[in-house]
Amino acid sequence: MTDLISQKEAALVAIDAAGALDALEEQRLAALGKKGWVSLALKTLGQMSPEERAEAAPALQAVRAEIAAALEQKKTALEAEALEAQLARETIDLTLPAPDIARGSIHPVSQVMDELAEIFADLGFSVATGPEIEDDWHNFTALNMDESHPARAMHDTFYFPDSAPDGGQMLLRTHTSPVQVRTKKEVSAKNEGGAPIRIIAPGRVYRSDSDATHTPMFHQVEGLVVDRDIHLGHLKWTLETFFKAFFEREDIVLRLRPSYFPFTEPSVEVDVGYSNEGDRRVVGGHGDDDGHDWMELGGSGMVNARVLSNAGFDPSEWQGFAFGLGIDRIAMLKYGMNDLRAFFDGDPRWLSHYGFTPFDQPTLSAGVGARP
Amino acid sequence: MKFSTTWLKDHLDTNVSLQEITDALNAIGLEVEGVEDPSETLKGFTVAKVVSAQKHPDADKLQVLKVDTGDGELLQVVCGAPNARAGMKGVLGLPGAVVPSNGMELRKAAIRGVESTGMMCSARELELGEDHAGIIELPDNASVGHSFADYQGSSPIIDVAITPNRPDCMGVYGVARDLAAAGLGTLKPIAVPSFEALGPCPVEIRTDDPAGCPAFYGRVITGVENGPSPDWLQQRLKSAGQRPISLLVDLTNYLMLAYGRPAHVYDLAKLSGAVVARRAKNGEQVLALNEKTYTLDESMVVIADDKEVHDIAGIMGGENSGVSDDTTDVLLEIAYFDPARIGVTGRKLGLASDARTRFERGVDPEFLEQGLDLLTGLIVELAGGTASDVVKAGSPPSDAKVVAFNTALTAKLGGVEVPADEQRRILESLDFAVSDEWQVTCPLRRHDIEGPADLVEEVVRIHGLDKVESVALPRPEGVARPTATPAQTLERRVRRAAAAHGLNEAITWAFLPDAEAEHFAPEGATLWTLDNPISEDMKVMRPSMLPGLLMAAKRNADRGGASTRAFELGRRYFRGSDGLSDEHATLGVVLAGEKVPRGWAGGKATGFDAYDAKGVALELLSAVGAPAEKLMVMEPVADGTGTQFHPGQSATLRLGPKKVLARFGMLHPATLKAFDLDGPVAAVELFLDAIPAKKAPKGPISFARPSFTPPSLQAVTRDFAFLVPAQLPAEDLLKAIRGADKANIVAARVFDLFTGEGVPDGTKSLAIEVTLQPQDKSFKDADLKAISDKVVAAAAKLEAELRG
Repeated sequence: MTDLISQKEAALVAIDAAGALDALEEQRLAALGKKGWVSLALKTLGQMSPEERAEAAPALQAVRAEIAAALEQKKTALEAEALEAQLARETIDLTLPAPDIARGSIHPVSQVMDELAEIFADLGFSVATGPEIEDDWHNFTALNMDESHPARAMHDTFYFPDSAPDGGQMLLRTHTSPVQVRTKKEVSAKNEGGAPIRIIAPGRVYRSDSDATHTPMFHQVEGLVVDRDIHLGHLKWTLETFFKAFFEREDIVLRLRPSYFPFTEPSVEVDVGYSNEGDRRVVGGHGDDDGHDWMELGGSGMVNARVLSNAGFDPSEWQGFAFGLGIDRIAMLKYGMNDLRAFFDGDPRWLSHYGFTPFDQPTLSAGVGARP
Repeated sequence: MKFSTTWLKDHLDTNVSLQEITDALNAIGLEVEGVEDPSETLKGFTVAKVVSAQKHPDADKLQVLKVDTGDGELLQVVCGAPNARAGMKGVLGLPGAVVPSNGMELRKAAIRGVESTGMMCSARELELGEDHAGIIELPDNASVGHSFADYQGSSPIIDVAITPNRPDCMGVYGVARDLAAAGLGTLKPIAVPSFEALGPCPVEIRTDDPAGCPAFYGRVITGVENGPSPDWLQQRLKSAGQRPISLLVDLTNYLMLAYGRPAHVYDLAKLSGAVVARRAKNGEQVLALNEKTYTLDESMVVIADDKEVHDIAGIMGGENSGVSDDTTDVLLEIAYFDPARIGVTGRKLGLASDARTRFERGVDPEFLEQGLDLLTGLIVELAGGTASDVVKAGSPPSDAKVVAFNTALTAKLGGVEVPADEQRRILESLDFAVSDEWQVTCPLRRHDIEGPADLVEEVVRIHGLDKVESVALPRPEGVARPTATPAQTLERRVRRAAAAHGLNEAITWAFLPDAEAEHFAPEGATLWTLDNPISEDMKVMRPSMLPGLLMAAKRNADRGGASTRAFELGRRYFRGSDGLSDEHATLGVVLAGEKVPRGWAGGKATGFDAYDAKGVALELLSAVGAPAEKLMVMEPVADGTGTQFHPGQSATLRLGPKKVLARFGMLHPATLKAFDLDGPVAAVELFLDAIPAKKAPKGPISFARPSFTPPSLQAVTRDFAFLVPAQLPAEDLLKAIRGADKANIVAARVFDLFTGEGVPDGTKSLAIEVTLQPQDKSFKDADLKAISDKVVAAAAKLEAELRG
């Protein structure tokens, strides 16, 4: 009996001393393996008399259980130690940089065009488009600028040597107004002489002009409403409403000034009040207030009766307004760019700086402007 | 157009302020572009008397002046002008004053060791003339200490932009008339200096072209003395930005600037025989006053005598019959020319002039005789001489337009209620004659009035556009309806998809240099080349989106940018067979420079390859709903554009054999060379208008997707490795395998490509993972074996051999 106890004590000491899982396994085999001393001792129970067995068996079972528990406990401890060592080995320097993910961007002109579409959609306007290479008739004649019209000279037109099928010269459109001609023609043809129209027509336009503030290619948006009782008051409201939504401020003040465009009558120049903050113009406030002034934003007016009939509308029944705004210009005012020429350079640094993420899709609920 | 307020007040009796005048001008449509106030620009310049002048101790040409500015203390001023002397009066610029000619601010300074407080000024320095030989000398009665601006009596100069429809306001008098109508004062009647017409005109005057020149009035004045104009006249012209030339020339310019009425003065001695308005002969030449020779054609009207052309009618006079200081006898011409013809002639000759600007917009047909008398009276008064009777050849248009007007239109179109009485007052103040029945007769000078809408404009602009109140556009009930077309939606999506894919949207010029456009032009396509490009670099409309992006990539590389990932969504332009523009919405992508920079994990920097381009193309196409699974990778289009892309590393993505949705790949070394780029560069073009549009639903739109039914049994995969001919496209093998057992094989993909040891020359090893989807019961070993056999058999038809 004392022999059994001293053997057990020795085994427990050896188990505790095992430094690794394989050493521990050796100890398990030595004690509990097929030929281990505990197993062999247990086998001797069979040869004993029942009385002897009744006395020896519980003690032997207790030794077995105690050794098994010690083995299990040691194993858990050794495994935990091994895991800890592995994790320590696997430690890395997380201050090292992660791989770059290229970030793309949306050009401010596209962003503003999407904003325009979103705001005007709420007012019931759809977006119309037309060719950039136009013929003389759509760009000028249909808009009341026949060949000898002096206003043509103000357009700095790019011409092609080619003739249109109707004999007129082909040219790069100088404004988005030919789209209003095309839209009116389409609508009047479809509806036999008229129907209400509400469109905007954003797009590229071209003038042979290049200096610090002009580029030979730029972007305009044309607006057109044709209906039965549309007047200058509606034009003013539409532009005011648009600018309030676009700049997201309520203090937009417009000033209408008489002007001249061959395709509108009466014709109206639209100014907006602004103030200077540093070297930036900030739209808002009354232009006559202290520290404020007026800035010209675009031309507009009531569609000329002859222009309406050129497109198949009966001017005694239908009337409406049209306006034109510079997209690049309102983009610059809103988002703070100061050099128009940089718009068309394709410099990735500029595009990343002034561009927008694809997730800046304008929505009415979030505000159509992209937050900095 | 510029004029001084003094000049304006020649015609307008008013005592309102400058601010009120400029506000009113803006309000009635005569836009003020600027105001120059000489009391501002000449601030700090004072009338001063030189009390003593002594030689500078250290400089031969300088003098040291003691100058009295009226405040008791004498100032010391160093001056280099030869005419500076004791006792004279001149103009002293005090420290702080800014010299108008050069913007320099004057300061107290030592000049060669002698202190100088300010500067005595020349006429040129104050922009009062060209004289710079000495300092300004003022008369004895000039009062010392007075501000020079006050002394000079120069008034503010207003610069207005006159729109092309208002030639009647291209003279100060017309501006005054509009201001008077707007209630800013009273228009003064035109004062014609009196003179006596003595005897018949000795020159025969005719118009042989009544269409081009309906009226030609003239008169001779003999015994005139030409020379410099009096000060007041010179001041007027200068305020308008015109250089005084000689009295006779200045007076015709004065008539034009004051009344919008161009006229011409010929030196009678240089004329021979009858003076006639006629059509030019083809090839006829004239030396114009700008000393350039113009070759004319028979569409142009000229004034000529028996020998030669003396005037390009309504545009510019001839040098040979121009007046000089020796001129004693003159012929005055005042004519009416057909506006359209003047415009066409001017454009054909590329010749602009103040006269053309007015004639082509339309001068006042009722102001010929009065204009001629005004000019005659002024010449006789200032240059002397004896005037003949007037000769009137032809007659100007005299049919006044009558417009039936309904005053209710003002509210209907203009959105503002103006009482009928007020409408009548406004129209009458602008010289419209209004009958009781509202038949409105327009003054002949208002060529711009076509119909009732023009009268609304007159009423509204004088009444005040600021009185137009905003009125909301009626809006349909409920939430705004969608308006975008499928093409617009596609463009918006693909643009944002490209940005989400890490590409920067650029906008580049739609016109290209010739060579770059040519390099990208498909064979047989006709490009659009500008007649009048702004430069050779912006000449041809682009046939591809890539050149503009490549040029941007080049600029970026030159600036040291490591990589360019740019796209542009725009149009390509071709000339269609109908002669009209054939424009294709296209998205171009250029990937240049480093894809991944050198780094601690990956080592060396890596560039873009053709698979990057393919990935972008497929990603963007699927973003806009193109059926990516049906796309075929095919050879480039054979349109002669072979040198644009690398022939072995480029392809097209097609929907069916003909419908090309995209091309992608690496650019050809020749392209890189043409654009001076270091390669390699990958590129994509998506032909957006070739992408099939989603069909609009019939009836109400349904947003519901088909229901989701995952297979109940787990799919299994099997790997195969084949030795195949090196040239065999992997896609061909995959297609064959997918087709080997369509019921069970749902996918096949390449997971390894290997050439080299163990793989015979001329072959490659492709490892394919095949996904098998059991339908109603799991596969048994025999099933799997049967499928494998089919795969191997299908591959064998492509000479693919299963590796052991």
